[in-house]
This record gives sequence, C-alpha cells and structure tokens, in this order.
Amino acid sequence: MPVGNGRRVAVIAGCRTPFCKAGTALKDARAVDLARHAARELIERTNLDGADVDEVIFGQVVPSALVPNVGREVSLLPQLPKEIPAYSVNRACASATQAIANGHDQIALGHDDVVIAGGAEALSDIPILASRRLADILVEASKAKSLGGRVRTFLKIRPRDLIPVAPAIAEPSTGESMGQSAEKMAKENAITREAQDRWALRSHQLAAKGTTDGRLTAEIAPWFPARPGDPVVAQDNGIRTDSTLEQMAKLKPVFDRKYGSVTAANSSPLTDGASAVLLMSDEAARARGYEPLAYIRSYAVAAVDPGWQLLQAPVWAVPLALERAGISWKELGLIEIHEAFAAQVLSNLQGFAQKGWEINEDIINVMGGSIAIGHPFGATGGRVVTTLANEMRRRDVQFGLVSVCAQGGMAFAMVLERR
Amino acid sequence: MPSPSRSAPALTWEVQDGIAVVVLDCTDQPVNTISRAVKDEFRACFETLANDASVHAVAFLSGKPENFIAGADIEEFVKLTSAAEAERLSADGQDMLDQVARFPKPVAAGIQGACLGGGFEFALACRYRVASNHPKTQIGLPEIQLGILPGAGGCQRLPRLVGARAALDMILAGKAERAEKAFRLGMVDELVPPPILRSITIAAARRMAGGWRPKRRRPGGFIGWLLDGNPLGRMLVYRAARKQLEDKTGGNYPAPFAALEAVEYGLRHGMSEGFKREAQLFGQLAVTDVSRKLVQIFFATNALKKDRGVDGAPAPVAVQRLGIVGSGFMGSGIAGTAVAQATVDVRMKDSDLARVAGGLRAAREILDDRLKRRRIAKYEHARLVALLSGGDSYAGFWRAELTIEAVFEEIGVKQQVLREFEAAAPDGAVFASNTSTIPITSIAEAARVPERVIGMHFFSPVAKMPLLEVIPGERTAPGVVSTAVGFGRRMGKTVIVVKDSPGFWVNRILAPYANEIGHLMAEGASIETIDGMAVRFGFPVGPVTLLDEVGLDVAEKVAHVMLAAYGDRLQPTAGVAALVKAGRLGRKSGRGFYEYSGGKKRGVDSSAYELLGVHPNGGPRPADVLQRLVLGILNEAARAVGEGVVRSPRDGDIGAIFGFGFPPFRGGPLRHADDLGAARLVADLERLAERLGPRFAPCEVLQDLARRDGKFYP
Repeated sequence: MPVGNGRRVAVIAGCRTPFCKAGTALKDARAVDLARHAARELIERTNLDGADVDEVIFGQVVPSALVPNVGREVSLLPQLPKEIPAYSVNRACASATQAIANGHDQIALGHDDVVIAGGAEALSDIPILASRRLADILVEASKAKSLGGRVRTFLKIRPRDLIPVAPAIAEPSTGESMGQSAEKMAKENAITREAQDRWALRSHQLAAKGTTDGRLTAEIAPWFPARPGDPVVAQDNGIRTDSTLEQMAKLKPVFDRKYGSVTAANSSPLTDGASAVLLMSDEAARARGYEPLAYIRSYAVAAVDPGWQLLQAPVWAVPLALERAGISWKELGLIEIHEAFAAQVLSNLQGFAQKGWEINEDIINVMGGSIAIGHPFGATGGRVVTTLANEMRRRDVQFGLVSVCAQGGMAFAMVLERR
Repeated sequence: MPSPSRSAPALTWEVQDGIAVVVLDCTDQPVNTISRAVKDEFRACFETLANDASVHAVAFLSGKPENFIAGADIEEFVKLTSAAEAERLSADGQDMLDQVARFPKPVAAGIQGACLGGGFEFALACRYRVASNHPKTQIGLPEIQLGILPGAGGCQRLPRLVGARAALDMILAGKAERAEKAFRLGMVDELVPPPILRSITIAAARRMAGGWRPKRRRPGGFIGWLLDGNPLGRMLVYRAARKQLEDKTGGNYPAPFAALEAVEYGLRHGMSEGFKREAQLFGQLAVTDVSRKLVQIFFATNALKKDRGVDGAPAPVAVQRLGIVGSGFMGSGIAGTAVAQATVDVRMKDSDLARVAGGLRAAREILDDRLKRRRIAKYEHARLVALLSGGDSYAGFWRAELTIEAVFEEIGVKQQVLREFEAAAPDGAVFASNTSTIPITSIAEAARVPERVIGMHFFSPVAKMPLLEVIPGERTAPGVVSTAVGFGRRMGKTVIVVKDSPGFWVNRILAPYANEIGHLMAEGASIETIDGMAVRFGFPVGPVTLLDEVGLDVAEKVAHVMLAAYGDRLQPTAGVAALVKAGRLGRKSGRGFYEYSGGKKRGVDSSAYELLGVHPNGGPRPADVLQRLVLGILNEAARAVGEGVVRSPRDGDIGAIFGFGFPPFRGGPLRHADDLGAARLVADLERLAERLGPRFAPCEVLQDLARRDGKFYP
C-alpha cells in the first residue's frame, strides 16, 4: 500500500563513487565533485535524457562553506538543463535516504515524474573554522574606518586565537561523541567485544565477496584521477580480505581504553564518497521504457533522546515503516542495516528480537555494510537503497528493508517492494 | 547621399538632448561592412550632423547585436585591377575617417561584436571607444591575413594609441583580441557589460560635449616609454619585428613588411606623410599575386563553410552527444577538441579503465591549455571538463547522435567496434571511422545499417590541425554526410568531402612527396637540403620533418597501402622501414631522421644516414631537389582530381593547404599548376621521367590540359 495519494514510485537505478577512506584515493576531490561524478554516471548508465529530470535532491552532513547547496551544483551538470530546481538536505547519516524519501513524496504527489536523489560527503575536505574570537576580530577589522583602526583591531589577536577549530563528531546537546555513544550502547546492551569483532569480520568478508563477484562494483562509477600515474579507483578501498579475529582482538578500544570494546576495526571509518539514485513515477518509467528495480512501499523516521542510546532509534523507525507498508517483519526477504558501529547493529538487532522478531542473519547486509565499505555520511543512504534494490532483483525478493541510524538520536527506515 | 542600389539606408540617427545617436545596420546582410554606398552615407550623415546646431556630440552604435563592423567590403576590394586604383581606395577610406577624426563634435563609438579591419579603423578615428564584454566582441586588424595592410589609417592611429610595440603585435599577426584584452592594451577606453553599452556610450559623448577630454596613459609604464616613447627605443622595436618577420615568413609574404614600413614611416614623418605611404603600400599589396591567392583561399574557406558536402543533402543532425571508441592519442584529441569547440557531451570507451583514464586526461589537457591561454574562463573550463566522461562499456552510447571510432588501424578491429556499436546504439545514430588508410566501404561491410557508416579522417594533433576529410562510403546516406560535415565544422575544422579511395586526398598527394625523400637521399642529398628547399618554397616544415612528426611507423603503413593500391609509381622510401625497425619512430620516440629531446627538435641525427645506407655528399642541385618534391605533388594531385577524389579543385587546394601546409601564397597545388601552366609542367615531368624513371610520367589530366591549353580554374 503506497504512501500518499497513490502514485507509485520506482527505483530505476543507483550509482555511486567508490567509497574511500578519508585521506586516501579521493582526498583531492570535493564533495560536489563526487556528487556530480555519481550523478553523471547514473545518467550515462541509464541513458537518461537530462530534460526529463524534474528535481535534484542531495544529502550532505558536513557541507562546504563554499558549496553550501551541493544539490544545485549537481543539477547544474552540463548534461542537465539549467532550469532543474535542486536543494540539499541534512538528516545526518540518513541524509541520502531522506533525499530519496523527499523525491518519493514529490513524485507521489504528482509534482515530479523523474528525480535524481543522492548524497555526498568528503571527510577529507571538512571545513576548518577560525576561532570565534578571531572571527569577531576579523569582522570588526573589516568595519574599521581607517588603517590605524584596522591595525589596532588586529593587535588584539592572541596566539591562541589562531588555533583552528575542527568540527567534532559529537552531539551538540550532550557533548557525547558517536564512539562514546556506541561504547555506552555496548555496555548497556551487553554486546561483547567478540560479538562486535565477529560482526565486523562478517562485514568485510561479505563485502569482499560482493566485490569479487562484481555485485558491489557494478554499482560503482570508476573514479579517474587527475594525476598521471595514479590508478583508476573502481572499488571501495576499505574492504579487507586478510583480517582475522585474532588480529582484531589485539586492537585497543578507542573511546574507553580501560573497559571499552569499540575499536577502529568494529567501527565504520571516516570515508569520502557520493551516491545517486534515479526515481520515477511508475507511469513515467513505463513511458520511457525503464524496468524498475523496485518500488518504494513506505518509509518512516523516528527519534529518541540523544542522551539515552543515541543510535537505537531504528527500533522505533522500522516497526513504523512496516506498519505503514502493511507488512510484517517476517515478510522481509532482504535487509540493509547501516553499520555505524558493530555495537549499534547488534543493539538494533537485539531491540528487534525483543519485539519477538526472528533475526535471520542470512538476509541481513548480504554484501557487507558500512564497517567494511565505509560511511560517507551524506552518501550512505544512496548506497544501501541501491544495493538492496539490485539484490532484490537478483534474488527476486518481494519485500526489502533499509534501516539507517543517524546522529541526533534519529533513524530512518524504508520498505521496498519488487512488484 | 545613399546609393540608389540600397533598399534601406544603413545609417540612421536621432538626436536626444544634443547627442546624435547614430546606428549602422546594413539590413540586407548578416554583418555590417563598409562599402562604397555605406561610405557615401557616412559622409552625408556627418555633413548633416556638422550643420545641425542642435547636435553637440555623436554616439555611434551598431544595430546588430553581435556585430559592430566586420570590415571593408571585400567584394569591392577584389574588383581592383591596378595599384593606382587600390591606392585611391585606401586614400578615399583615410579621407572619410579623417573627416570623422576631425569632426568638430566629439564622437564616441560603442562596440559590441566583431570590430575588425576597416571597422576598427573607424573606431580608432572616433574620439572615445567603449566596448562591451559580450563574448562575440572581437577587435583587431586582420588585413595581413589577406596579404594587405590596414589602409584606412590603422597603421597610423593604432601605434599612436597603444604604442608601436603593441600595435605591431596586432597588425603584423593580423590578430583579433577579445574585449578584455583590447581594453588592457588600451585599444578601447572602457569595458562595460552589454546592457549598458548604449547608455555609457551616449554618456561619454555628452561628457565630451561638455568639454571633457579623455586622458590616456601610455601602457607599460617606464619600460613602455623606453621602447615606445622615443625614437631610439622604437628603432629597437622595428628591428626586432623585422627580424621576427624574416624568420616567420621566409620572405614569401610582403604584406607584414609593408605594414611595418607604414607604421615606421608614419611615426617618423608624421600622420599625413604616414597616410600617404600607407595608401601607396596598400595599393602595391592589393594587386600582388600573394594577396590574390590569400583572398581566393578566404573565399574558398567561406564557401566551404556553407557546403553540406553532398548536393541536395538534408540538414545535418544537431549532435549533442558524441561517442568515441578508442581513447588513444587520436581519440582523446577528438574528444577534447569536440568539447572545447562544439561544447558537446563526450563519452569515451576503451577496453580498460586505465586507457580511459589516460584518454580523459589527454582530452582535458586541451581544455587546460585553453584555460592557460585565457581563451576560456575558470568556470567555463569547469563546465567543459564535466562534459568529458568515459568507461569500459558502451553505457551512455544510446543517446549519442554520432560516434567516432579511433581504434587500432586494422580492419578487423574496426569492424568489431562497428558491430559492438550497432548493438549499443539506436538505428539513427551515425558511425564514423577515423581511418587514414582503410576503405570506408570495406569497414561498412560489417554493418547492419551500412548507410550510417562514414569516414572522418582527422589529422594529428587534432586540436591543432585545421583539416578534416569526410569520406562517404558507397552506401553512405546523404544525411550522414551532412551530419559528419556539419559536426566537423562545429569542431572548428575546415571540411572537405573526399572519395573513398586509398589515401583519400591528403595522404594520396603526399605520397610522392614523401617517397622522393628516399630517392634524393640515395643520390646523396642531405636531410637539411631537402627540408631547407621545401621551407624555402613556403612549406612550414620540410618533408623529412613532416614524416618525423606524423610518426615513421604510421608513414610506413600508409606508404604500403599506397603501394598496394597504385603500384610502382608510389614505391615507398625503403629508409623509413629501416628506421622503424631500429625503433626510431620520429618525434614521439625521441628519434627519427632528427633527434628530439625535451620536446624540441635538436637537429639531424647523422646515424640515420647509416641506417639508410646513404652518404650526404651533395646530391642533386637544390633547385632540382625542390622541383622533384613539388612536381610529384602536382602530378599526383592532378591525377586524383581526374579520378574525382575531390569534388572540385577548390576542395583539393584547401585540403593541401590546411592538411599539410602547402604554401597558401601559392594557392594550393592545382592553383600552382595553373600558374606554371600545364604545358610547361608536362615538359618538366617528361624530362624528369626520362632521367629518373616513370614515377614522374605526367598524368593524363595534365597532358590533356596541356593539349588544349586548359586550366583547373578556367
């Protein structure tokens, strides 16, 4: 039963850049470059006529001060008419899924027929800020009427004012970092270090398999480096094929060095990347001869008190999405859960199990998850939707679920259906 | 008095608050030109305005949004028959502009679009110049390119405005500059956005009417004064310019020297003496053979721009997306040039991603180069770069109206690509093969729809070489021809349509020229003599250097195709094969006949002689060397024309000039053959054939022309 007033929304195709650890292969690219690359390749692969696109919506969590509306820059690709409106959204790690949901709504409402939705993040290129005092002094200096006044203002600058401020991945309301939250969840939900490491290993092994058999790489738009001699990047570069539990067990916990269990190995890395998904109304897809991968059946968003278990909101979002879809948990044939931390995934699954839902790991993250593939905040949602839709087609699964936890104690869930 | 032949007057004006706003619009032509009729209107207009007491100043504008004045009427110029007549034309123009310059009421010109030649000379005669930064604004004095000089006072007024150095830079190269550069150089006084051009020009006229005089400073500061501001410095400037001209023209082009003299004479003896000398020199140049030839080429290229390549062909398909298969040197050159010139969306395909990456990078370098030369702005560059993409599959080819393959030169490979293309593209899409040797009809045999297969033979490097040969196969549809021709033109190429025969046109007529190198060297001629004589004749480089540039492996391959097709007459130079075997492929491998290092030619590599088993010990007389080189081309060109390889002598000459640099001032091989006369050519060739073998036997076409005293251009 579709949301809204009736128009069914089809996922036609998805495409993304390779996901690369921050500071590696994509370190010279800006988020906007990655976003445009993913969207352009999506257009190529679907032989889309740019003039058909009605709207472009992109997610980004840490926007650049120079390109605040990444969506508009995507819609200004020369393959698209300049008259396509676009905007950017921020629902933290669920931004791209939110962009897809917004696209869905506009299509369902009959406002749009064709939408490109996605997300991007370049964590190699985060804005570094001047201290507040330095910023105040600079503003004051710019308003000074005379050279003398300007010099006097500048003389107020102290060395400590020159220390730049990097944005932290911490909750503004609690000061707690993501990792600390995961650590807290591991303790409160009694998720062992070993269970976390096992989940992380599983993520790498399945992602490696998906890469080798080409299912994951099929979604990737190869990145062509500008410098001669640099290799073409056609795969995610965080996936490890050689990890063992023993090696992982040796790592020191990062956030609680004494009693902690969250390590670099069982967390998702800081990542650069972008994703784009092509959505169409069912009629528009048919009229243009596209065969949809899947349809969006429902979605839901939930939030919890960030001071409680920051990443546990999926336990509220998923049941709501299922309810809106009018289906039950056991009807799901495939599930993509975003892996911010193994502790979070296992906490979420524990929460589902407590509802009496049976957890079948064989249908969860069948090509690995964010721990192995990486997690460019704004882009991950596009990846999970694309992977899920493609795999639903391969396995001919009727119902699939996406679950993404997000900063701020939020979560996003979406149900796709094949027919 | 407006000329009676003109339907509507070109000049109209209205007076607003004491300012006469004069608008030029030659409504019956796409661009404004200064013809005799327009000149008469100018005179009448300025006379009226002079007598109108309500007019205090004049603002002059064009009624065409993308054209100010393209120059003097070239049709009138062509009709000139004597130097005296031409001198009168020049003096007449000077006179009219002098009337503008001495006009008692100040004149301000508002420039947008092309402001060239006589148009800019008019602007120079105005007291104030405002230019709009419209992308089509181009300001300059291109007369040199037609073998003449700016003869309406341009050689006098421009140096006085911007200094001798900058003026000579412009005049001697026949350059046109964009508005920004023109402003920087001081050619215009103000640079404004298009919407306010009119109001600012009127405002300038009004200020001048109020007694304000524009202040100008010599550009370049102290150095500018040292060189331009005093006679001694100027002598240095003239000497440097003359030296540069000698190096560049090889003494074959008189116009730049005459222009230099006109500038120098005027600065030394004053404006009015300068005008006289300028008109005199203009008169002399106007009737030179060189100018005639350059004007003919100008007309021929213009005519080619309107030619669809086949009679009665439908309009070309507007290509918005270009597919390219093969991302090597040629493929990436085509990609980059297509994006830079035609702003099309380009998708490249190659067998592996590393090759695609290399191709995209090379294509991008063409755009980077334009950015560096400030031909495009940073944001335009970013937009163009986003038009380039690629992959290892045919994804995205479905929407390409035209796909050009530039894969390995081997029929099997090309046919394979053609089959893959047909599986990935809709039936209406055009497939062009960038081949230099393989018959298009043979490639098309593999096609499901052979009507859409055509040849587009680009020359290397694609970004720089101006010619494109378009080769329809036996079954190619007319619309496919016009699409290929139309797109080639959008890429900025001069396009000729050529018959599907071995070597097409350019490589065919080059073959005897290249082959003769081997014969000459075997007889003891040195590489320096061979290349030197060709350069003396007017070629930009000699045949040996040309082979090194093309690549000896490529040259060898072409030569064998020619031998197979035409027999002993085109027996290739054995030496080339020896060099290729030794891994010396020319410039690209750092060694060929010459040595190269750091991207520069370093002189003849004497070990090349050993590999060829020859000794440079004098050999034939230099004049004989030249005759053998040139007559080979002429003979083969005549033969190919007889076989209908090109559609007209015009196409053949343009192909030779733009394809391999046949000296433009000689008008092309067929024009040159006409000048020498068929009878004399046949006699010379017969003499050579007797002495050197049947490869020089005059072809039937020449013999026939000789018998009936005919010409290629009757």
